[in-house]
Parts: sequence; C-alpha cells; structure tokens
Amino acid sequence: MNNHTILEMRSITKEFPGVKALSDVSIEVRAGEIHAICGENGAGKSTLMKVLSGLYPYGDYSGQIFFQGEEVQFKDIRSSEAAGIVIIHQELALIPELSIAENIFLGNEPTRFGVIDWDFVNRTTLELMARVGLSEDPTTRVKDIGVGKQQLVEIAKALNKSVKLLILDEPTAALNESDSQHLLDLMSGLRSKGISCIMISHKLNEIEQIADSITIIRDGKSIETLHVKEDGVDEDRIIRGMVGRSLESRFPDHTPTIGETFFEVRNWTVGHPTVSDRLVCKNESFHVRRGEIVGFAGLMGAGRTELARSVFGRSYGNFKSGQIFINGKEVTLRSVPQAINAGLAYVTEDRKSLGLNLLDDIKTTTVSADLRRITHGLVVDKDEEFRVAEEYRKSLRTKTPSVNEGVAKLSGGNQQKVVLAKWMFTDPDLLILDEPTRGIDVGAKYEIYGIIQKLADQGKGVIVISSELPELLGLSDRIYTIFEGAITGELTREEANQESLMKLMTASRKSA
Amino acid sequence: MNSLKQIFGGNTRQFGMIFALVALVVFFQWRTGGKTLTSGNLMNLFNGNSYILILAIGMVLVIIAGHIDLSVGSIAAFVGIVVAIAMRDWGIPWYLGVLLGLALGAIIGIWQGFWVAYVGIPAFIVTLAGMLLFRGANQAVGDSNTVPVPEGFQYLGAGYLPEIGPNTGYNNLTLLIGFALVAFVIYNEVRGRRKAQKIGTELPPTWVPVAKVALLSAVILYATYMFATGRPGTSFPVPGIILGLLVIIYAFISNKTILGRHVYAVGGNRHAAELSGVQSKRVNFLVMMNMSILAALAGMIFVGRSTASGPFDGTGWELDAIAAVFIGGAAVTGGVGTVVGSIIGGLVMAVLNNGLQLLGAGADDTQIIKGLVLLVAVAFDVYNKSQGKPSIIGLLTRNFGGGGGSRKAESSAPQPAPTEQAVGTKEVISHDV
Repeated sequence: MNNHTILEMRSITKEFPGVKALSDVSIEVRAGEIHAICGENGAGKSTLMKVLSGLYPYGDYSGQIFFQGEEVQFKDIRSSEAAGIVIIHQELALIPELSIAENIFLGNEPTRFGVIDWDFVNRTTLELMARVGLSEDPTTRVKDIGVGKQQLVEIAKALNKSVKLLILDEPTAALNESDSQHLLDLMSGLRSKGISCIMISHKLNEIEQIADSITIIRDGKSIETLHVKEDGVDEDRIIRGMVGRSLESRFPDHTPTIGETFFEVRNWTVGHPTVSDRLVCKNESFHVRRGEIVGFAGLMGAGRTELARSVFGRSYGNFKSGQIFINGKEVTLRSVPQAINAGLAYVTEDRKSLGLNLLDDIKTTTVSADLRRITHGLVVDKDEEFRVAEEYRKSLRTKTPSVNEGVAKLSGGNQQKVVLAKWMFTDPDLLILDEPTRGIDVGAKYEIYGIIQKLADQGKGVIVISSELPELLGLSDRIYTIFEGAITGELTREEANQESLMKLMTASRKSA
Repeated sequence: MNSLKQIFGGNTRQFGMIFALVALVVFFQWRTGGKTLTSGNLMNLFNGNSYILILAIGMVLVIIAGHIDLSVGSIAAFVGIVVAIAMRDWGIPWYLGVLLGLALGAIIGIWQGFWVAYVGIPAFIVTLAGMLLFRGANQAVGDSNTVPVPEGFQYLGAGYLPEIGPNTGYNNLTLLIGFALVAFVIYNEVRGRRKAQKIGTELPPTWVPVAKVALLSAVILYATYMFATGRPGTSFPVPGIILGLLVIIYAFISNKTILGRHVYAVGGNRHAAELSGVQSKRVNFLVMMNMSILAALAGMIFVGRSTASGPFDGTGWELDAIAAVFIGGAAVTGGVGTVVGSIIGGLVMAVLNNGLQLLGAGADDTQIIKGLVLLVAVAFDVYNKSQGKPSIIGLLTRNFGGGGGSRKAESSAPQPAPTEQAVGTKEVISHDV
C-alpha cells in the first residue's frame, strides 16, 4: 500500500444466509481520484458500499479495511462518517418538509446555550451551497427544489461533515442531461480539491468521461481494476468486463414489419392536476402503426409520462380536449379499465412505487391486470394462475427459483420482466413502455429489447419513452420529440441521431 | 419434529399462533382444574365473543385495504337501539327487525364509505367522527335508556340448535355439522392432492395427509362431542353458526374472488393497483360499507344475548377487533392479513379472557395481560421480519383461508433449476435501508 492510497478494502467476504454476496473482493482507491465501481445489478456493488459505510458492522463480514493507512473497524454509519466517509444513496435521504439548511445540519445542529444557532447554520449553508453551485435561499424547503438540486444539497451535507471520501450510488440516475453534467463537473471540482469519490453508476458514458479508475465486480467477486487513461478504457471494454463476454451489439438485430396505422391521438390537451391554468400536454398529435416501435424523446419534465398516462385512461391530469382513434374509430377512454379493455397497456417508469405491489408474489402480479381471464364464475383459478405465470417465466427467462417468490426479492431486470408479463397477459394492441430499462443492467437490457421487438413483430404497436437517446435510436422505427408539453418533431430512423434529437428536445417548434 | 413439519407443510414455526392457542387452552385446562374444556364454558366462549370475531372479519378487510375503523362499537350500539325500539314501539317481528338493522348498517356504511373513498378523508378521522356521532345517536334515540327485545330476537344471540330427529342422547344437528366438517376436511385434502398431482408436483408420503386429516378430524369431533352433550336445551350456539358461515363466506371472498384480490392490491400499493385497472375508490367504499354492515350484525347479536339494548353497548369493541386482527398477522401498513388469521387472533384473546376469568383474575389484570400479549405477538412478528425470516403469523395465516390445498402444493413445487447465486444476492441487496 503506497502513500497515495486513501482506501483499501482487502479480501472482503460477506455472507447472507445461504448466499455469498461478496467473496474475496478487494479494491484500492487512490487519494484524489474518482473511482467507479461497475457491475451488473446484483453483482454486489451496494453490499460492498454497505460494508464500507458501516451499515454492515465490523464482524459481520470478513476481510480488512484500511482508510488513510490505518485499519478501521466501523460499527455503524456514524463511525464511518466520523472518519470522513460519507455515502449518498440512490434514494435521497432528505426530508422534504425541512429547509435546505435544516437538512444540511440535520443530526448535527450547532447550538449556543442549548438553542440552535440559526445565524451560524444559515451562514455556513450559504458557503456550502456556493461550493456546490447552488444559489437558493437556505430556508427554501427541499420539496420545492428539483431532484438535481436535491442531489447537490446531499453533497453539501457531506461537505459539511468534512468528507474525505464521498460515495455516490447512482448519482445521476434520476437527473436529466444538464443536471447530470453539472453534477459530474462538481465531482471533478471536488477531486481537484483532494476529495476522493467512489461512484456507482450504470451510465458508462459518464464513467468513461469522469472516472480515473474502475473496479469491475461480477457475481460478488472483484474481476479487475482498470485505469482509464493508462489503459485507454472505453465503454465496450467496461461492458466486456461486466458481463464477462463482449456484447457484439447492444441491440438485437431486428427487421421491422410495419403495417397500417391503427392508433391515433389528435390534438391532445391536458391540464396539470393541481395547477388549474397550466397545461402538461399542448395540442399533441401522434400515431402508431402495427408492428412499429415508436420512440418518445424529451428531457425529464417535458411531459412524456404525462402524455402517456393521460392517454392511458386519463390516469393523470385534467383532460381538456383531444381525440383517440383505434382502427379508425373514435374511442373515449375515461378510466384505466376502459383503456385496458380497448387494448392499451402502460408500463410505468417507476416500478417500485407505481408498477408493482411489492408484497405480491410473481404469479399474482402476472395475472393482476386481467384477473377476469382466469376467473370461472366467482373463483379466481389458482392453478391457471400458476400455469400462466410459469409460461411467462419461461418465455421471458425470468431468473427466479419459482413463481411463488415475492417480486420484492427480484432484481430490477427481472422485476421489469414480471411487469411486462403482466401486461402481455392482457394481450394489448398498444404497449406504452415508460423508461423500460431504467435501473436495469446491460445484460437484462438486451433481453428486454428483444422482448420489445418480439412484441412489435406480433403486430402490436409499441411506444417507448426513454431518457437514454442511444436506446431510442437503437430501438425505434420512428421518434417523436417533446418539449414543454408539445410535440416538436417527428424523425424517421434514418433522420434521427443524437444531435438532431437533442435540438428538437430543447428547442421550441419555431427553431426546429 | 420432522414429522410435525411434514404434517403442517414446511416450517413448524408457521404454526406459532395455533400452537399458542392450543397451549393456552391446555394451560387453562390445567390451571382451572378442567373447567375450561366443558360444554358450558365452550358455549360461553362462543356466545360471549362471537360479535367481536364477526367484527374482526370486517376489520381485517378494512386493515388490509390500508384503513382502520374506530366506529364499529358505536354503530353496533346505534343499530341495536333502533332495532330494539322498532320492535317494541312499531311491533315489527324479529326477522324484520334483523333486516332493518342490516339495512341501517348498510346506510351507515354508505355514509362512511362515501367520506373515505370518494372525498378522500382518512378513515381514522371519518370513523373517529362516526364513533362519536353514532354513540351520541344511540343515546339520543334511546334516551340513554335500556330497551328490551322480544324472545325471537334473543334467539339470534343466545339460541341453540334445536333438537330434531330421533333421540340419540346427543344434539343431532350439532352432530351433523361436525360430521359434515370432517367430510369437508377429507374432501379438501383429497382434492388438493389430486390438483397437486395434476400440476405434477412432488407429493409428501401418504401418511402425512392421513395424519393431518386425522388430527383435524379429532379436534372437530371432540368439539362436536362437547357441544352435543351440554346440559339439556343447549347445543351448538346460533352466534357460532352465524360466525362460521361468515368466516367461510369472507375467507372465500378474500381468497378466491377478484374483489378479494383487489382489496389486497389496493392495500399493497394503491397507485400500482389503479394503473392495473383496479377501481380503488370502489374497493375502499365496499370494505368500509361492509364493515358497518357487520358491525350492525354484531350489535344485534349482542343485544339478543343480553336481551336488551343499552346506551353503553359496544364500548371498546373496535379495539378488541383491531387487536384480534393484528395478533392474527395483519400489517399496519396494509396489504397483509387473512380472515382466518384474525379469527385465530380473536380466539387467542377470547381464551385468555375466559381463562383468566375462570381463574378469578380481575378486570385490571386481564387488561394488562391482554395488552402485553398484543405487544409481544406483534413484536415477535416484527422481529422475525427484520431478521429477514418470513413473518410467522403472515405465513401461518396465508396457508389458511380455504386456499390451503393449492398453496401448500405450490410451496412444495419442485424448484426449477437453481439459477445463479446472483438472484439470491439481489434479494439481499434490494433490502434497501
């Protein structure tokens, strides 16, 4: 171990009953570097970080941790934070009803004679916010600022704890492009001030852009450590390490067979659910053909989800005006059941809070959107339920010991397969997939893409909403762009590329 | 121990609650010198607790859907007094009185369901208001007086199965019910086994189901014997029959029908349920309304048993019902719970109550012990969940409720080729803090 090493984790092994989550994992982080940890979902990244942060206390794992040259034995998060290691979780740990300043000082409020010293709090908060590039009033409540800024507040909070090693778990997962870029710039800034970072991310382009070295973890083992500059690492190299093989292409080969237009939305206008004069969909029109995969591109907050959900049985917002035509006939879909009966299916962007009942098992989830099909008389037929779920488990290759398993126990990719199965079981004509691969690892993404293409080949229409432009470009036969609740462009597969899309996603119709 | 496991399918600890119930009965039988398991005491136990158990049936659905109902005691009292006065002053026959009571319960249910489901006021508030409102209404209508009910109506709460058929020395109807139950247990086991065979799952050796059926049948027959040989004029009590029917009906609804699925779905994740086409408002409305109807029924049974309706009927019932549901394995956050589990939870409380009374314990000690039991039962369950072990009570009760056969068959289904370890790892990691 040389002087430049700030952290070394040596032969970490962590077992859960029946499972070895980490086996003999070693990682070395140099002082003042950004060190990325890559691996598929379930590879053991988060477990490793929980060991490091003391969430799994010393004695719960085997192996040694050296921090700044000394062996450390953290017994809880407090002790790791005292040493200068701060972890920022994927789900932010801020309290929405408290102000920025209160959040930053939560749990370590400075007092004078037993009373909180608000002058000091606000003054320090301003300094910290300046360091992360925030210019809000420190008394603004956290719920009133965007996710991107909340992320910055988290970092400010870490800086306040005089952090030496900052751990960021999927920091940009919920951020749009410009907020992500800002965050990455900030991380470089911290690096130049000597603060080391460990970053867990699925966004390989970001890792390639910012990381100094990369440790790859696969199946609970550390596979290799790459030095980005010295080794000339690129995305393909990382993927090869993560999956243990090279993925020739990130998208399965596909030749679309596109039929006639069967689904059309005209002049769709929808108001915001609570703010009465704000429109989330402004006079939007689009159509989908049979066998076609249609992409919807737009920045976060552009109104993509709002459009999808308002079309799906008006499950979002205040419907103002607009028409839906299915096979040339106008239909009115006032509720989700009506939309499902009309052959629509909507897979939400937020699996855990909107897509799944995490208390359910795989088989009940699979049939939950069309229980009537397995109900005879009054009785829900559980044998048929089991049979149906088994069928989808096999055809979608869901990795699970059995369909009796709870969905909460599955990885993101497998959860998504169960959600897809649930909607495939309703035998829809049009599937709307909102961020279908969010939080899913590379290998599972490839499989999901294959499923989407297969659905299109069966003559169904598929709408894919995604924040990842490469995904839209690789998958879609046609792409609409949305900006501030309006459709700003329609590009064919040939016309579309990152630049042309980005231009339409960020500008109004006039400049397009 | 292994044989026990095989008989009950899987983990013996799943049966903690039933075991606790049996242990309690045995304990009190010993301590009271045999006074617990007597015909008279068992009848007492059923008669004196049937209304709480009926409330627990409705309450568990309310709690699964993610709500609570504090108003059941007051509703029971209000319905009781209205029905009693209607029969006394208008002279309507007792069966019309029952119908009137159920209708009144439905109307109250519509009122509460409307506020909870369609206006969106938390059920805690709506039913807290209802608790005050209907208690006041009871005392306003009845002038805080006690109103007696006619004999026909008393049959509802204190009646027994009549003596019919040849004189066998036993109550024939009770015997019939007992035998029918045993037949059903056997039929169910055979059917479950056939189904399992059809799906192609591995079956436990034959002696296992035989032992299981024998054990269950023995318990049923013993109970039948007890009820059929009470002092002359008594037999299986009418409230017990009503309760039994309700358990069957509601276990069926919650376990086998679309509506039942939807209740669990709404409680588990309302947004996800709505986006899957579940009309959550309707579901919420129905569970709240159903609760009030059952509260009305419970109130009438109580009035029948105590021969009169009074201003303090039903005080504290809501808490007994809620306690039964939570001891029976329901989750405060909704989405989890079973009808049969709640009945077992209610019986645990009832046996405790009864046993302590027989031992001569005062109301003070009884309350303290009941409070501790509730706390310990739920704490034990929470501890187990936090250890990543399955919820004992949850598992226990999931295996019941009519779906026993197929559930068990599935859980012993052959595990498809063990997938890579990563699956297991994910399970642990997704346990986010």
